[in-house]
Amino acid sequence: MTKSVSAANVPASTVNRATYLKHLLTQASAAADESGLPLKEIRDRAIASVSDRSFPSGKDEAWRFTDLSEMLSHPFERAAQAVYAEQPSLQTSARLVESRYQLTSINGHYVPALSSPSPDTAQSVTIAPLSELIAADDYAKTLAPIISKRLASIQGGEEVFTALNTAGFNDVMVVWVRADQVLDEPICIVRNAQEGVIAHLRTLVIAEPHASFTLLESFSGESGAGDRPRCNNSVAEIWLAEGAQINHIRLQDESAQTFHIAKTAVDQAANSRYQCTAIDLGAQLSRHHLEVYQSGPQTDTHLYGLSALQGRQLADTHSLLTVTYPHSSATQVQKNIVDDRAHAVFNGRVFVAQAAQMTDAAQINRNLMLSSKARIDTKPELDIVADNVKCAHGATVSQLRADEVFYLQSRGISAEQAQRLLLYGFAMEIVEKISVPSLRQSLSDRLTEWAR
Amino acid sequence: MINENAKTILSVRNLHASVEGTEILRGLNFEVKAGEIHAIMGLNGSGKSTFSKVLAGHPDYEVTAGEVIFKGQNLLELEPHERANAGIFLAFQYPLEIPGVSNRDFLRVAYNAHRKANDEEEIDVFDFDDLVEERAGVVKMDVSFLDRSVNEGFSGGEKKRNEILQMALLKPLLSILDETDSGLDIDALKTVSGGVNQLSSPDNATVLITHYQRLLNYVVPDYVHVMCGGHIIKTGGKELALELESRGYDWLTAKEAVA
Repeated sequence: MTKSVSAANVPASTVNRATYLKHLLTQASAAADESGLPLKEIRDRAIASVSDRSFPSGKDEAWRFTDLSEMLSHPFERAAQAVYAEQPSLQTSARLVESRYQLTSINGHYVPALSSPSPDTAQSVTIAPLSELIAADDYAKTLAPIISKRLASIQGGEEVFTALNTAGFNDVMVVWVRADQVLDEPICIVRNAQEGVIAHLRTLVIAEPHASFTLLESFSGESGAGDRPRCNNSVAEIWLAEGAQINHIRLQDESAQTFHIAKTAVDQAANSRYQCTAIDLGAQLSRHHLEVYQSGPQTDTHLYGLSALQGRQLADTHSLLTVTYPHSSATQVQKNIVDDRAHAVFNGRVFVAQAAQMTDAAQINRNLMLSSKARIDTKPELDIVADNVKCAHGATVSQLRADEVFYLQSRGISAEQAQRLLLYGFAMEIVEKISVPSLRQSLSDRLTEWAR
Repeated sequence: MINENAKTILSVRNLHASVEGTEILRGLNFEVKAGEIHAIMGLNGSGKSTFSKVLAGHPDYEVTAGEVIFKGQNLLELEPHERANAGIFLAFQYPLEIPGVSNRDFLRVAYNAHRKANDEEEIDVFDFDDLVEERAGVVKMDVSFLDRSVNEGFSGGEKKRNEILQMALLKPLLSILDETDSGLDIDALKTVSGGVNQLSSPDNATVLITHYQRLLNYVVPDYVHVMCGGHIIKTGGKELALELESRGYDWLTAKEAVA
């Protein structure tokens, strides 16, 4: 069963940015109405934010290298439900890793058959869609106060795609782990899309003091007949209370026609540790806003990213690390591999406020170009007000080095295999940060094949 | 060990080679038989390292004349990896670092490439682990180095030991050690030399390229050659190295300049 996308009200060729954004907001509001979630206040605020803003163009500094014009010719509509064709590949992508904690959505709608939730709020781990939690008798006294305090309240929510998401998500995947809980299995939020639709995917993660777990978000899509373009606009809000630790793995492996726009907004309280390993392999255009804010001192932050792109793919990582308390440390390593006419963008902003003395931060962006037609744009942005800090940054763009290839050849390895090994090594520095062994293995296999 | 009846492994005749249009090797003649250890000495810029890279097939060097016969076949026709699989091994003066690739994986891929090229079955991870850990003993290398990225963060001595470990695994017919002694302290030098001696047999041959006589106290050569201006100007026994150590190169190179 497929819902056809009608372009009747938005003629593709003549659409302008204002009309297009209005169209997206109309679709978002309709999805919000259909969801039945009682979130009028935050929805209204989000609608106001969208109305105040315009659809990004190349004139916006933040979108200078990432051209969304192509999107304008696709009048995406919301999916009315989680329509999907049962197929073996879906089972595979939905069961990326074995875990007892999993929530799966298709086209933005929760799919119970592919999920294993923990909906009981009396337990120490609550993992379920908001649409189901809200129906529970004790919702008003257990979860409601937390939702109203945490949902759509991390800084930066007025950004246009984030606001569109808030205005239009049809459910929220909620992860709430109580104090001192250490989970031995990853929490998996699996996102699949099969239709030529737009979905506003929302995740809310709350780690109470000293909770510790791995969070895996995966985005994939089946390349169906015709492989119609689709758009996933994802927002994850992640709250770490004092001493909490989250190891976040983000795997973007969307189908080739997808526009993937995403925000990961993190709030770190004192002594918390957050690690993100973001792998971008899919989509025709992907943009990841990764923003980390602080609400206490001595936090530890590790941001690792790998984009491996070919054809005409574009992947854009826009990170913002805001350090406002003292004694924190942060490491960021973003690696990009671009082949053919692919294009990787990195904009890494680090802000260290006057109060954030003794900050120790290091950022590095390494790019490997396999083709002369590929393109890299890299822009570190350091804004340091505090005077007693250590902040290093660097960016490199290189090709595979001939002397490295020769070294391997001189050991009996063919030039082709040598190049593959070097590429693999370049990528593995990021992949090996992934703490789930089965996923690390499947990704390293993927990258071995990917490398030509 | 000199044995007149031994098979010739390498025969180089009138070799000329250039890099970026500058001729570095100018009519080099050189012959190596099984069981022999040769030392090639000479000042900086005499062409020693170029010679080793030309033998290994470095793409920056262009052979403009002459021939190189290895085990009866024309070496210059082979790709670098084919030369390695035929039995040529070059221990690099500056071994490269390969971040992200574990030493163990690198060694296994190389080892299996050799096996495959010689129509032998590739060996699996577990058998290889046993083998490589045993060979690591040849250069007294701690097995923890196997799980680090290739040469990354290794000291100079550790890198050179890693080169000899590769040699111990690949069991080449002709090993060419380019300045393997440079930058080594005395303990590392003894370890590396011990490894080279242990791997030397009547069936294979070794070419040591070095500035200094020091290495030759530990690996005793059958022949010492002096290279100057892109070819060999004098060949002698191991005592020639001692003479060079005490007299320097002037007495030889001056003669060369006149000639």
